Amino acid sequence: MSHASVPMAGAGHAEGHAHHHPTSLGIPNQKLATWLFIASESMFFAALITTYMVFRYRSVVGPHPDEVVNIPLTTVSTFILLMSSLTMALGVSAAHRGETRAVGKFLALTILGGLGFLVIQFYEWWHLAHDFGLTWHTNIFGSVFYILTGFHKAHVIFGMLWLSVIAISSFRGTLRKEHAVNVDVAGLYWHFVDIVWIVIFTLVFLLTEAGV
Amino acid sequence: MEKANESHAQPATRDYLKVGVTLFILTLIEVAVIYVQALRPVLAPVLVLLSAWKFLLVASVFMHLKFDSRVYTGFFAFGVILAILITLAVTAIIL
Repeated sequence: MSHASVPMAGAGHAEGHAHHHPTSLGIPNQKLATWLFIASESMFFAALITTYMVFRYRSVVGPHPDEVVNIPLTTVSTFILLMSSLTMALGVSAAHRGETRAVGKFLALTILGGLGFLVIQFYEWWHLAHDFGLTWHTNIFGSVFYILTGFHKAHVIFGMLWLSVIAISSFRGTLRKEHAVNVDVAGLYWHFVDIVWIVIFTLVFLLTEAGV
Repeated sequence: MEKANESHAQPATRDYLKVGVTLFILTLIEVAVIYVQALRPVLAPVLVLLSAWKFLLVASVFMHLKFDSRVYTGFFAFGVILAILITLAVTAIIL
């Protein structure tokens, strides 16, 4: 990947400010646009989560949520995703310090975390379909469950692809300190995916297990 | 227009590690409390509070809202508040 294909600008740092165009708000456009995107995504996931919460117990036929939730397995995948957020934050920090090789290592760990999360989540899907016969057209619970968790998985996959592009750039030595804002915005996206899972884990899994 | 310059302050590595450990512990507590019978009457608010705590830790430290321009916080808060209103409105209409 060429340097030009992964343009980065060091937001939040004096050095970085010299490399991106001045804006009327004094903040990088990439970060502002990412936060606007995250704000719109919050509403998107709120609609999906609300739909799940409203329709989860309205199925005429089973299986029902309280029969199928797997707390130990989901807890492990939650730990993995949370720790991937930690490695992502360390990667962003390394980018701002100009330790571009370390960025690649931390992003590789983050991608591995995302992969671990997905493996467990897809295993859970397989388990639900194989052992409980729950597919997305079995009943309304299946529909809202697979749509909500499926959209979240799609976001994780997109995030892993995004981070892979930056990690490759880091390993090839084309990443520069003055371009750190691209690592920053990729990190914001990844943390947002983590935040959404924090909410899903509580509302979809823990509250169901607790019988609420 | 007054410029909302970004803060140059960044959390140290140990701050990120502290948040990581805190998130780990909070998740353990979340899972543990659902099996405590005495907490059943207040379980929903307890779980929502623990979840909100984790949410705020990630947003403020990992996403740098605590250290960056307040403009970002404003945009994110606007989105989250609208998201909560969507939830309340849809719930009120359907239930």
